[in-house]
Amino acid sequence: MATTVREPAALRNPGTALDLAWVAAVRVNRPAAERRVQTLLAERSVHGPAQVGWLIRTVQCLDLTTLAGDDTPGFVRRLAAKARQPVPLDVLEGYGFSPGQVRVAAVCVYPRLVPVAREALEGSGVRVASVAAGFPAAQTSLSTRVAEVEDAVRAGADEVDVVVCRAHTIRGDWQALYEEVRAFREAAGSAYLKTILGTGELPSLRHVAQAALVCMMAGADFVKTSTGKEAVNATLPVGLVMVRQVREYYERTGFRVGFKPAGGIRTARQALEWLVLMREELGEEWARPDTFRLGASGLLLDVNRHLNDHLTGRSSPAHPSLR
Amino acid sequence: MNSHAREALETLAYGPTAEDPRPALQWLDARGRRFGLFIGNRWAEPASGQWFDTRNPATGELLGTVPHAGPDDVDRALRAAREALPAWRQAPDRVRARLLYAAARQVQKQAALLAVLQTLDSGKPIRESREVDVPLAARYFDHHAGWAQLRARRFPGQEPVGVVGQILPWNSPLLGAAWDLATALAAGCTVVLIPSQHTPLTALALCDVLAEVGLPPGVVNVVTGDDRAGELVVQHPAVDKVAFTGSAEVGRRIRQLAAGTGRRVSLRLGGQLSFVIFEDADLDAAVEGVVDAVGSDSGQRWCAGSRLLVQEGIADRLLAKLRARMEKLRVGDPLDRTVDMGVPAVPGQVERLRHLCQVAVQEGARMWQPSWGVTTEGPFFPPTLFSDVPPAGTLERAEIFGPVLVSTTFRGAEEAVTLANDVRRPAAASLWTENVSLALDVARRLSARTVWLNAVNLFDASGLAPEGMHEYLEPAQPSPFRWPGAGWAAPETTPAAAGPAAQPALPMGRTAKLYVAGRWVRPDTPYVRRVYGPGGELVGEVGEANFKDICNAVEAARSALQGWGQAPAHTRAQVLYRVAETLQARAAEFAARIAAMTGQPELAGQEVERAVERLLTYVAWCDKFGGAVDALAHPQGLVLALHEPVGVVGIACPDEFPLLAFVSLVGPAVALGNTAVAVPSPRHPLAITDLYQVLDTSDVPGGVVNILTGDREALAVVLAQHEDVDAVWYFGTPEGARAVEQESAGNLKRTWTCTQARDWLDPLWAEGEEFLRQAAQVKDVWIPHGD
Repeated sequence: MATTVREPAALRNPGTALDLAWVAAVRVNRPAAERRVQTLLAERSVHGPAQVGWLIRTVQCLDLTTLAGDDTPGFVRRLAAKARQPVPLDVLEGYGFSPGQVRVAAVCVYPRLVPVAREALEGSGVRVASVAAGFPAAQTSLSTRVAEVEDAVRAGADEVDVVVCRAHTIRGDWQALYEEVRAFREAAGSAYLKTILGTGELPSLRHVAQAALVCMMAGADFVKTSTGKEAVNATLPVGLVMVRQVREYYERTGFRVGFKPAGGIRTARQALEWLVLMREELGEEWARPDTFRLGASGLLLDVNRHLNDHLTGRSSPAHPSLR
Repeated sequence: MNSHAREALETLAYGPTAEDPRPALQWLDARGRRFGLFIGNRWAEPASGQWFDTRNPATGELLGTVPHAGPDDVDRALRAAREALPAWRQAPDRVRARLLYAAARQVQKQAALLAVLQTLDSGKPIRESREVDVPLAARYFDHHAGWAQLRARRFPGQEPVGVVGQILPWNSPLLGAAWDLATALAAGCTVVLIPSQHTPLTALALCDVLAEVGLPPGVVNVVTGDDRAGELVVQHPAVDKVAFTGSAEVGRRIRQLAAGTGRRVSLRLGGQLSFVIFEDADLDAAVEGVVDAVGSDSGQRWCAGSRLLVQEGIADRLLAKLRARMEKLRVGDPLDRTVDMGVPAVPGQVERLRHLCQVAVQEGARMWQPSWGVTTEGPFFPPTLFSDVPPAGTLERAEIFGPVLVSTTFRGAEEAVTLANDVRRPAAASLWTENVSLALDVARRLSARTVWLNAVNLFDASGLAPEGMHEYLEPAQPSPFRWPGAGWAAPETTPAAAGPAAQPALPMGRTAKLYVAGRWVRPDTPYVRRVYGPGGELVGEVGEANFKDICNAVEAARSALQGWGQAPAHTRAQVLYRVAETLQARAAEFAARIAAMTGQPELAGQEVERAVERLLTYVAWCDKFGGAVDALAHPQGLVLALHEPVGVVGIACPDEFPLLAFVSLVGPAVALGNTAVAVPSPRHPLAITDLYQVLDTSDVPGGVVNILTGDREALAVVLAQHEDVDAVWYFGTPEGARAVEQESAGNLKRTWTCTQARDWLDPLWAEGEEFLRQAAQVKDVWIPHGD
């Protein structure tokens, strides 16, 4: 097993052959995972001035997302504006950060709205991500889903968040899952491929770990927990087993794959918990935008509230400029 | 603020996360940093006039001065406890319950004080003090308040043992005090508590808490001092029981000091924690488990260093993961909330650990420490991983009290069990596998008393709690019983070769042999013991067993143990039933034999009848004392409290009711799967030698019951000294009891001594749970579940 260590993010994960023995050997114990999460959060909490830095980091790792039936070009433009300037200038200045230093990592939309986002974000450095491949249920034909990925990239997406077919994972059909993700990877070309496992619909943590591993073997740039449309969203134990697979994959292949929790992340506190998880399991340098994203739509509001409170020393309602 | 924020953005540093020490410092200051003895709910000046300093082990900072108690001080505390006893033991259960509930609330209210104080005093990381110890301490009080409430109904016929001396260790001082106090108070005992000289403050603060809830004066007293204070308590006549938690070395000494005093001793000794990691384990989870245990209490919880047994195929990967994880452990100021490991509580411990590691390396062991280990300043000791440790090397023998791990590989479950059991005191094991069949099978075969599946260091107030209550309760004293045969002529021992003139004709015309491994064997030496009747007439001869015979019998019992202990309970029941049947069929013969020795035909008839009944009682119990499942101790898990055989039990029987007492003792032992080496009444052994035939014809497997006639006192001592005997039950004289207790301290085997004659006819005193508990040991298996 290769364990060569390469420069961080210097190389995009090309994937490996499907190693079924490796997949079969994956074991996950849920009570132990839950306990680890519990002690981790008890051990590592971020308070005071340091919290400000952590909150800014969450903003930098944010995939600002809107995935609703009533999304319109106007709404996406407003979102893009927020992505360029996620934290009010006075707050940034108050902390001594330069305005250019803080923007979100990406804006994530449905494929139809990619051109709008592309245009609105031109020159901002904020990437455009599109969901694709039969989002959110992945229950259309593979050819349709692959075509959707191609469409999104053609329309200007820098990143594609694809859903993978849960049935393959549930049935343990790793070959099918591998081939599917391989096809998406090919279709995505130079765009980053984020594979959404739909963890809330998987039968066990072991399935989550195995699916994450197969996606990495097939060349995923990120493994992502949820669409936000499942009944159960991203949970920390799920995140823990996924990042452990990310680490294992890195140790064996030398490729750094990113991790993206998404769905149900609404509070600054939750965001910090995810960041602590990343820092403790994978290290600080892994918790940067090229290998860590938080998928959320409402989170920014609460983060800004906290940033504002730290600055003024008062508890505030939502910052007016964010409404 | 801004620079902190900007730095945190760059590095994700946690920033300063030190816990505020003020709650504890204010408490110390309010008492002038000078403490007294806590006696009768008041702070008393020590009569000794001596004091000692207690310091923060992390910084060396002086925290306060506490009394160095002398004999008069210990005496005073014990007298206070003795005076408080009558009212406290008679207090209605609900009254004790209320006080304990209130104590739990008060512990919760004072959580900040107790957590910070413990961390200052012991060097334990604040996170552990706050997140684990304080909540669990409150939980102990709550849980035992419940037992207090239920005492009369749940423990009928049981009484508090009386005045208890509790001697605590320096690891987890708060939890130790809370656990011991809560149990003793729930039972209705009064207490003199001796905290460790290294960590005396939490116990003192806990007293404050208890006094505030209105605990009557004298019920709890705290005496500070060094080891001598503990020894004074153990030797004091006002003490009924001593509960000790700590090292085996001191435990042994306490057993010796208490021997023959009639004082009950219970020891909770540190032992070895073994991790057993199978190839199908969640390795990341296992690594966290190991790190958890090593970091916890700076590795001081299990006095011997932990053992890491890893299946060979995954050993390299696991150890690589473990080393990477240990690199990231944070050692430092225990008050820092993000610190994983604090400092050892005992001064000089770091130097001791360094020395031990050095010696181990010289012996050829391979040592690994995290890269930051060498550079660490201050009284910290880094987690240390050893491999290639030579058998019987220093690390295998020493009580380490530190974050030291010794790793070994194994090939399969069989070898894992052998390796895990091959330590001097296997205390706990942590098994890691996703295969439930394998996990439970290995769990049952381990000698450890606590087994965690895919977890480590899970504790709760329930689980063992009824056992804990039994530590502080005893059966109400039977009314004094006087055996009529007490003043008769003692048997005498003569060489078998003595001439015919010295040997009048015997009723049976032969000398009974010994019964070992299912065979009738000649004693090692050709001596016989003459047995006399009430009029001094010779009624028979039995063999005179010696040291060698005991050794043979113990060997036989040991080799029979596995087969008998693991035989289906139903099979054991059937065998015992046949014994009862055969005895019944020969009842008249046995009654006549007993009457010949005792001269009490009527009583002898009753005795045989009861002996048959008693056997049937244990036939019934055979398949009904297997243990229990606690589904409440863990929110998502089960705790199995398995009743397992103790092992080879040496049993020295009393003179009264020679057959019935023998059956009443050997019965429960073998019913629960133990094997026995029994010494019958030295005065009336003949009925027991007649049992050989009964055992033979009832298909009792050879070695399950071994019977050696002879000098009970001498043989009991041999049993007590024997390293391969797991428990000794002694029913006889006070001198004999003292000798047994003294000699059994060596391998710390369990003892059960009784120096008062019992009315063995009365089931209230002669059978039941007390006997079953002596015949079983409890193994807790924690099974968290979820997928």
